[in-house]
Amino acid sequence: MAPAIHLRTAVALAGRFPALSGVDLSADSGEVVAVLGPNGAGKTSLLRTCAGLLAVTSGEAVVLGHDLRVDCSEVRRHVGLLGHAAPLYDELTAAENVRFAVRAAGCSSARAEPALERLGLVGRLRRTTVGRLSAGQRRRVALAVLVARAPALWLLDEPHAGLDAGARRLLGELVAEAAAGGATVLLSSHEPEVVEPLADQVMVMAGGRVAEWRRGGRRALRSIGTGVGTGVTDVA
Amino acid sequence: MWRDALLVAGKDLRIELRSRVALWQVLPFAVLALVLFAFALGPSPVAMRRAAPGLFWLAVLFSTVLATQRSFAVEAGEGTRDGLRLSGLDPAGIFLGKAAAVFVQLAALELVLWAGVTLLFGVRIHATWLAVIACLLATVGLSSAGVVYGALSAGLRVRETLLPLLVLPILAPVLLAGSRAWSAAIDGAVSSGVGWLRILAPFAVAYLAVGVALYGPLQEAG
Amino acid sequence: MSPALRRGIGVAALVSTAATVWLGLWVTPPSTQQGNLVRLVYLHPAIAWDALYVAFGLSAVCSLLYLWRRTRSLFWDRLAAASVEVGVVFNALTLVTGSIWGRPTWGVWWTWDARLTSTALLLVLFLGYLALRRVPAEPEVRARRCAVAALVAFVDVPIVHFSVNWWQTLHQNATVLNADLSPRIHGSMAWTLLLSFVALTLAFVWMVTVRYRIEVMRDQVGEEELEVSLAERWAEAELTGAPPVPAPGPSPEAEVSPAVPAGERAGSGR
Repeated sequence: MAPAIHLRTAVALAGRFPALSGVDLSADSGEVVAVLGPNGAGKTSLLRTCAGLLAVTSGEAVVLGHDLRVDCSEVRRHVGLLGHAAPLYDELTAAENVRFAVRAAGCSSARAEPALERLGLVGRLRRTTVGRLSAGQRRRVALAVLVARAPALWLLDEPHAGLDAGARRLLGELVAEAAAGGATVLLSSHEPEVVEPLADQVMVMAGGRVAEWRRGGRRALRSIGTGVGTGVTDVA
Repeated sequence: MWRDALLVAGKDLRIELRSRVALWQVLPFAVLALVLFAFALGPSPVAMRRAAPGLFWLAVLFSTVLATQRSFAVEAGEGTRDGLRLSGLDPAGIFLGKAAAVFVQLAALELVLWAGVTLLFGVRIHATWLAVIACLLATVGLSSAGVVYGALSAGLRVRETLLPLLVLPILAPVLLAGSRAWSAAIDGAVSSGVGWLRILAPFAVAYLAVGVALYGPLQEAG
Repeated sequence: MSPALRRGIGVAALVSTAATVWLGLWVTPPSTQQGNLVRLVYLHPAIAWDALYVAFGLSAVCSLLYLWRRTRSLFWDRLAAASVEVGVVFNALTLVTGSIWGRPTWGVWWTWDARLTSTALLLVLFLGYLALRRVPAEPEVRARRCAVAALVAFVDVPIVHFSVNWWQTLHQNATVLNADLSPRIHGSMAWTLLLSFVALTLAFVWMVTVRYRIEVMRDQVGEEELEVSLAERWAEAELTGAPPVPAPGPSPEAEVSPAVPAGERAGSGR
């Protein structure tokens, strides 16, 4: 099967700046990739490129079967991106935001409820306008959007930043569930010890390309067949 | 496309209902503009009555710039802009939805301004239907052209200064035809008024079509 | 376009313009009604033709060709930009020469004549396009943005024209330019008028080609800068201590290997 993400010496520009200077990456569906590296290494740009938001100017880039050098808009409807700034409307409540996103993606708004509950957005939180929520709570709403939309490719840009321990545990579960459901997950972070256990592949970026590659804890677990306790069912 | 348009329009109007920016900022600005125009003209009732249609449409024009700026300010957070592009919404649907939301707000604003020119300038309109049709056609044109240019300048750092420069010359025919049609409505000169509707209608149709056709590339370029 | 051809056009423009000046100022007779003022007829209509039809038409066609996928190329974008920029100069000159003619003839520098008004509106539309071009962006993004703006503005042109025309006729102001700049023309005057169109169109084309070349060179500078920043980006990766070629993958006993072996990936960039 063709990989969900196939990048080969991909160069992508953010404005006139080569944010990616030749990245190689191959990830199958059901895989979790942790993206590490210092600030400015190109982590966010890698995620945005996979979302079809940055133009790939050279190299190969095929995401979910769409060649990004030909058309980078088709891939967008199948991608869920959680960036530093959550894509939410401040004046709408958590529930309204999730319902809007779900209906925009062409799904039934019935999918919003379970997602809101899964993220613990019930009662008052559900009815508060997002502008009045804390950063961590906003992150939860944005995650609820992802859960409800269930895209084929999850792009999480430093999702752990600013989350408390409980939310981090929940995030780990969501990532594992998404991957078990056949989605591909890219997860950027500054904290190797947090994301490596969740990931099949770990790539360390520097200067807009891959400086180091290693296996993550999830693959090790899967290969020994002890996915128990992390909620991971082996899909390989 | 229509479903997406409804969804976006509903979302924009709901945001406006919550934030009340159009109600508490754009509308007072438009009324204030009327009052300032009156100061500039001097206290002669005759001069005011003659100038009233033009002033009404000038106020509407400036409010269009503000309303479209606001329409894209709610998408201004980097996250939301990407969100709209990643949402899976049809670009033509986004355009129609945003234009519809701006249309509703401008139409409400025109009602208030209408009352304003009646009270402040002592204007009596003889052919009311003519004035209403002129308002409807002009507002379709204003909101669609406004949204097209709003999208064009949305992502730019210089949008506040660039948008008026780009959009006001485009809207000039609406100002011209709208105020002439209103003059005709005030005088009861129906035939010349209907003639001006023939400028407003193609303008509205042209910019609706342009928006539906070009919003996709526009969104990419913003 | 080859430099020789461009130079040829430049020389032709210069020679024909000089000939127009000579014919217009010395050979042709002054008019009986307008005296020497009639000599503006050798300048104003030709400039207006280039500004209003050639420049704006060219930029609209180029923008359309850029937006159409099958003909998309930065060539069209640069050509559109060049023709608008030269068009703005010609458009301004149209207004200035019209004004110079209007002052002695009508006693005013400006009148709300239909043509004057729509020409002035066009100038502002053009200026908006140029302002948009100055907003920094990648060439492709800017090209798309400007092509859309040019087309959207182009849609407005006939509407502006009709509305202003009608506005004018309803108010019966003095029409300045409609009839009087084309007095009965014959003999040497007709030839000079014709030559002026050729000369100024050549000048327009020459300026557009030069302007196009500047645009190409600008983009080249941009590309060279990109090369430099790409190299810097590579150096950045090496500075952080990480080797460009990672240690050969994980241990071979692991059951699934990634689709592209790690050693191959990072090394293949150069």
